[in-house]
Amino acid sequence: MTMSHLDLGRRRELTLPEKIWTINWGLVLLVSLLACVGFGMLYSAANGHWDPWASKQIARYGVALGVMLVVAIVDLRFWYRAAYWIYAIAFLLLIAVEVRGAIGMGAQRWIDLGVIQLQPSEIMKVAAMLALARYFHNVNIDDIGRPLLLIVPVVLVLVPAALVMKQPDLGTALMLVLGGGVMFFLAGVRLWKFAVLIAAGGGLAPIVWRFLRPYQKARLLTFLDPESDPQGAGYHSLQSKIAIGSGGTVGKGFLEGTQSHLNFLPEKQTDFIFTMLAEEWGLIGGLALLALYTLVLIYGYAIAFRSRSHFGRLLALGITVNLFLYVFINTAMVMGLIPVVGVPLPLISYGGTAMLTVMFGFGLLMSVYVHRDARIGRPGDADG
Amino acid sequence: MQRDNRRLKLLTRRAALVAGGQVLLLATLAGRLYYLQIVEADKYATLADENRINLRLLAPPRGRIVDRFGVPLAANRQNYRVSLIADQVADVDATLDAVASLIPLSGSDRRRVMREIKSKHSFVPVALRENLSWDEMARIEVNAPELAGISIEQGLTRDYPLGDMASHVIGYVAAVAEKDLTGDPILELPDFRIGKNGAEKQHDLDLRGNAGTSQVEVNAFGRVVREISRDEGSPGQEIALSLDAEIQQFAAQRCIAEGSVACVVMDAPTGEVLAMVSTPGYDPAAFSAGLTSAMWNELLRDPLNPLSNKAISGTYAPGSTFKPMVALAALEFGISPETRVTCPGHFQLGDSVWHCWRKQGHGTLDMRGGIKNSCDVYFYEMARRLGIDRFAAMAKRFGLGATLGIDMPGEKAGLIPTRDWKLATFGIPWQPGENISCGIGQSYITTTPLQLATMVARLVTGKGIVPRLTRDAGIMKPDQVLAEPVFAAMGVAQKDINIVLDGMYAVVNEPGGTAYAARIKEPTMAMGGKSGTSQVRHITQAEHERGVLKAKQVPWLERDHALFVSFAPVGAPRYVCAVVVEHGGESAGGGSAVAAPICADILVEVQKRDPGRRVPGGQVADRVSTRS
Repeated sequence: MTMSHLDLGRRRELTLPEKIWTINWGLVLLVSLLACVGFGMLYSAANGHWDPWASKQIARYGVALGVMLVVAIVDLRFWYRAAYWIYAIAFLLLIAVEVRGAIGMGAQRWIDLGVIQLQPSEIMKVAAMLALARYFHNVNIDDIGRPLLLIVPVVLVLVPAALVMKQPDLGTALMLVLGGGVMFFLAGVRLWKFAVLIAAGGGLAPIVWRFLRPYQKARLLTFLDPESDPQGAGYHSLQSKIAIGSGGTVGKGFLEGTQSHLNFLPEKQTDFIFTMLAEEWGLIGGLALLALYTLVLIYGYAIAFRSRSHFGRLLALGITVNLFLYVFINTAMVMGLIPVVGVPLPLISYGGTAMLTVMFGFGLLMSVYVHRDARIGRPGDADG
Repeated sequence: MQRDNRRLKLLTRRAALVAGGQVLLLATLAGRLYYLQIVEADKYATLADENRINLRLLAPPRGRIVDRFGVPLAANRQNYRVSLIADQVADVDATLDAVASLIPLSGSDRRRVMREIKSKHSFVPVALRENLSWDEMARIEVNAPELAGISIEQGLTRDYPLGDMASHVIGYVAAVAEKDLTGDPILELPDFRIGKNGAEKQHDLDLRGNAGTSQVEVNAFGRVVREISRDEGSPGQEIALSLDAEIQQFAAQRCIAEGSVACVVMDAPTGEVLAMVSTPGYDPAAFSAGLTSAMWNELLRDPLNPLSNKAISGTYAPGSTFKPMVALAALEFGISPETRVTCPGHFQLGDSVWHCWRKQGHGTLDMRGGIKNSCDVYFYEMARRLGIDRFAAMAKRFGLGATLGIDMPGEKAGLIPTRDWKLATFGIPWQPGENISCGIGQSYITTTPLQLATMVARLVTGKGIVPRLTRDAGIMKPDQVLAEPVFAAMGVAQKDINIVLDGMYAVVNEPGGTAYAARIKEPTMAMGGKSGTSQVRHITQAEHERGVLKAKQVPWLERDHALFVSFAPVGAPRYVCAVVVEHGGESAGGGSAVAAPICADILVEVQKRDPGRRVPGGQVADRVSTRS
């Protein structure tokens, strides 16, 4: 049974050169293209200088690219086995942030490892997908309806989400809950159960409201009426819209964005980098970037359905959904569609942990592709 | 396997749903981007420009004031100041603390700044301190990054080369008071000064010029990143006055020696005022920099009244300088200049007795003698024969008792009484006795020094000269042919005027004349004139009987004013000069003793320079002819 558990079936193991040959180089190219857009925007954010952001980001991308390729050629079955361990490590790091996290940006999000500042909440986004993919891999379709079986995955999602929210990091908590929810949906959880959850969530909203920090409340309120307080909490949202809108069709040109360079735009190198892109490159640039992301998403779906294992399919879809949530929450936020929450634009925003975890996620996606024919058994599965 | 297939089918279906949802959301993003960047693009482009583009007013440099030859009387000097824009400061108090740690900032400065911030538009810079030293400026500049909303600006301060010697006629500029605000934002600029007195006030609108604007790009912290466009505006117009700075200076120095003095020097044929002095003066630059309340109170309390331009605002009984008017009226009335009046030292009408200044009397005098000796009894008799209305009319024709419309703020009218005036003002009819004291320029009669100078100018030209301080044609230029101003003839017979002028010649140039001691000995420059003493305190009959107190025994403020009006050269009079020395009547000679020498000195100086005919380059068009 233990043998069949990790059975390769009729297929033989791929050799290393074969694996490297199998890596989806088109996706690598696409990811690198997005990263290059990021370098350009960071270069512009520093008023046409490589320092302080672009140069560091390039170095990080180099490291992250290596990590991605290594992750891609590591056997998918290893990731299957390691899923819960990775989740456990991410969870412990999250607890550690609570205990001895340094204060950064007004929120406890970082662990200072000396060389790198680690942001466990970012890691948790990938770790949760891994854990859920493994969990649902092992639940057969007839059992999915049993409410008791859902307790463990609900805890897997909500406990870290609550911890992240307490940091406070509304954006990441939102991503965890939404990403987890999509995984539940993909796993086959009945729709009416979501309805119950959403209703319960609605009932909980007033209670959650009481736990929100004043600045979070202010952001939610100003989202509803951003022009009400243009110098106060609505400032970010309004300035971002002004910058995007003033970009027009073709934008103001590279390095020519007035609003971002005159510092009217806050956090232009991190969460609001899309704003600067839209200001300098206009509608054409903004749509082109969204198109690039859409191509990556299509790759994700394609990879998911080439996989022969449920774990692979769920993991690929989870990572794809995760990427989508990053992109959607970030761009919708800077365009004033949703409140300002701290979610970076993947591969473009300046930031080490986000870059590493996103690339780690792409590595997993590629691993699913490289090992698409790997069969991952289930306890109790007779057929290999 | 079958379960796996069912699971795969379910996953595929649901993944398709998720993908569909994602497509919808991505389409929403694209739509939103389209809405912001195409539909609302203009609105946000405007907002973006409003964000970053500030319109700043540039104060135009104030026009200079120059004398008739272009010598500056009021000019501008560079000055550095530190100012604050409330709009760009989060916490004004904290910012002021930060500035105060770098440069001295007094408590009263801070209170003034807080007051100004409240009363002005928040985008207008408020000056914290002016006239920074180089060191102070450097300290602010070095710390500029931490001082949002604080900036060093270059400004212009008004400079007055003649200082207190022309303070009244040039006037001064001072910070805009709240009552001066008209809503024009230029008036709210921190260094903006408006004319508050003298020519600065008279020509304020011309001197101001038009404000320029500077479009600057600012960053989110309000710091200027670059200038987009600049319109310098237009500097204020240069105003040329008829004054001659040299004469003004000479006259002022001569007058200040005698205390509180007013003096007007005029070029008779043109009516141009060559000097207008009122002593003591004040430092006009102090007003521009901002006067402390202590300095202000000191100026207000000074008994010599330095703030008043006595040349046009001081009204004095003309005393004996009025006698030429009575003489002219008598001649016009038909009284012969040969008519003789005997002066026993006093004059009786009904029960009342009036005294001559010469207690022992002048004996028998004709008109020439009456003027030469300034015999009061002679003019008592003339006044009695004429009645007030006749010689009041003559005085009015010569410019007394009404404003002349000089282009200078603060001109007073003085007063020439008439029967109707008395009845209308007091409801009491004119008394015959009042003719008597009015005949020697006392009683109700008051005139300004400018009016006295104008009176002489009209006398020597026979024309209705109107005094002017501004040269509309600008400064005098070589080879410039200017249309001499045309003044209507006075309509007084020239032979009558000659008789009076001859009397005034005798006053100065013949032994026994009241101002003989002050005569100009250089024959080509000889002056004619008339002295006067203006009673400040009513002398009672009882005092007359005890004998009039010697001037030195009387407190200064109760002493008589000394007056002298004059013209030169006597043959072809061109320049006139009128002087009033307040409380300068030290001797029975009155004006002759203290005022006449001032006139003589000034007229010598004026004739030497001959500013009426001098053109730039020091050439004098033609020499003054000698006495005919």
